[in-house]
Amino acid sequence: MFGGIDPALLIAALMVASVPIILAAIGELIVERAGVLNLGVEGMMIMGAVCGFIMAVQTGSAVMGFVGGALGGAALSLIFALLTQVLLANQVASGLALTLFGLGLSSLIGQNFVGIRPPATGAVPLGPLADIPFFGRVLFSHDWVVYFSIAVVAVTWWVLKATRMGLILRAVGESHDAAHALGYKVRKIRVLAIMFGGAMAGMGGAYVSLVRVPQWTDGITAGAGWIALAIVVFASWRPWRALVGAYLFGGITVLQLNLQAAGARIPVEYLSMSPYLITILVLVIMSSGKGKAALNAPASLGQNFHASR
Amino acid sequence: MLRLEKRPSPSRFWQGATPVLAVVLTMIAGGLMFAALGKNPVEAIRTIFWDPLFHPQFASYSRPQLLVKAGPLILIAIGLSLGFRAGIWNIGAEGQYIMGALFGAGVGLAFYPADHWFIFPLMVIAGALGGWIWAMIPAILKTKFNTNEILVSLLMVYIAQNFLSSMSLGLLRNPQGGGFPGSRNLSQYPAASNPELFAGTGMHWGVIAALMAVIAAYILLQRHILGFHIKLAGQAPRAARYAGVNPTGLVLLCMGISGALAGLAGLFEVAGPAGQISIGFNVGYGFTAIIVAFLGRLNPIGILLAGLLMALTYIGGELAQFMLGLPAAAIQAFQGMLLFFLLAVDLLSNYRIRLGYKKEAI
Repeated sequence: MFGGIDPALLIAALMVASVPIILAAIGELIVERAGVLNLGVEGMMIMGAVCGFIMAVQTGSAVMGFVGGALGGAALSLIFALLTQVLLANQVASGLALTLFGLGLSSLIGQNFVGIRPPATGAVPLGPLADIPFFGRVLFSHDWVVYFSIAVVAVTWWVLKATRMGLILRAVGESHDAAHALGYKVRKIRVLAIMFGGAMAGMGGAYVSLVRVPQWTDGITAGAGWIALAIVVFASWRPWRALVGAYLFGGITVLQLNLQAAGARIPVEYLSMSPYLITILVLVIMSSGKGKAALNAPASLGQNFHASR
Repeated sequence: MLRLEKRPSPSRFWQGATPVLAVVLTMIAGGLMFAALGKNPVEAIRTIFWDPLFHPQFASYSRPQLLVKAGPLILIAIGLSLGFRAGIWNIGAEGQYIMGALFGAGVGLAFYPADHWFIFPLMVIAGALGGWIWAMIPAILKTKFNTNEILVSLLMVYIAQNFLSSMSLGLLRNPQGGGFPGSRNLSQYPAASNPELFAGTGMHWGVIAALMAVIAAYILLQRHILGFHIKLAGQAPRAARYAGVNPTGLVLLCMGISGALAGLAGLFEVAGPAGQISIGFNVGYGFTAIIVAFLGRLNPIGILLAGLLMALTYIGGELAQFMLGLPAAAIQAFQGMLLFFLLAVDLLSNYRIRLGYKKEAI
């Protein structure tokens, strides 16, 4: 059954398939590390997908498309920031509202762009490196966003671990009262984190509409935002683990697509539900037993901060 | 400088006034959105909120649709509101709705073409069971393994959607349908159909079930110890535990009720207005019901009114699509906007807005 699938192509494809999830998950990871639970990732991703697509088609440049995607996602996240940080609304409900609104608004904005092909995002020319057998195909024949996504993971890890900025961000997420007492602007830091999360989710969405599919249709992200949220839990709020989680998920997605194409005995519908099933399974494993993921959750996660003095 | 001061307890006046304020603000913002789309905003708002009920030509068609659309929304939102009150977030009602429809229609189609009185009641039970089972999965995973019920219940929607297409292409496909996807039409099978009970009203068994759910939820929350436990668990989880409320039982109960009600909504829809299982059977009632629950302030009577209003935006949206060429997605964005404004103006019921700085208490 696996005979027709080339492992090098499979690994290369899974690296591409997991890019949207990595970007969105890293964005959400920063948001949650700052103590904010934004369930609107799906909405921000799809806004990024549509804004990025339109920007790329209008300017003829795929790079501008990703900029547009990031801006679209960040713009939508500002609504969430306004609701939860200024108006102190419930974060769970606000996140859901963001997703519902984003799905509607994106199909409204994108209705005249259905069936168009966006400008291509080509592979980075790495010269002779791409000709190395196996590794050339796996590692050195990707577009720039694949490398960018890995760089984002590395930078995020370093910032959280080794910089003052990361320390302040974590302090705000662990105890906003203590951070406030020390004089840090809790609200400002959280708004910035939310915007970063929005921009990352938006870029991830743009990758779906510009590279993965590549065209615009309603509901194009198909739950990727929710899977990114699950990956953050899977990762116990640690960047490198988020990368592992996203590759695991990407691997399953690519494998089931390959099995569909190879005409496996299992009906298509059951193959397409497998990524969601595996995500649930992984959540169960991570949330139970010794390594309880919840123990690593930022202590102020999901709580609103209101400075009483 | 504006400053927020937390109220000791939420203002009763604002709790009632904020949903109305949110609707008015949404109309204004929605009007701006429609204007940006090149439509006359006043005309668009009138087409959505007024014409379905009072237009001389279309009202006779669209008035019955009000109950048809409000029925499932209210039924699902009542179930969700119990969980939301207790801090249990079932957002996978869409999946539970699909599974209820599949289970119910499956039972009905299994009897085809027999004619017995018990077929429809059996379908109702199967529908509730289908939704209940689908909601029990995230509930049990939460209580046994501490998984997040928000993520699991939502991911289960995508799994249910795949089941739905598998069923409408495979097991439940109409053998006499010429190979087209979709099941037999239940409205042409009297023993299994959920017809309009009074001609021209849109009233069917699902609407009656929704009204019964409203009454039952009202009694539960106002008069029953269980309702008190639900409210207590949401407002003060620690106090609830000291008072002997069993959190595991509460999760199973709230998720179970909301799942069963969503399943019922799906069954009544497939046997009535929709008529058959098909790939595009679910139209997002499970998600819109979240807005309905919040718009109704998680209060049964409020949900009844909110469900009717939200149904009006569906029908009005269709009418505006037909008369003004307003895109279908505009109405979805409009509904999302409503939830934003609702959450935003909620501030007024929980906080006082004061001018100037408070003197520092030392």
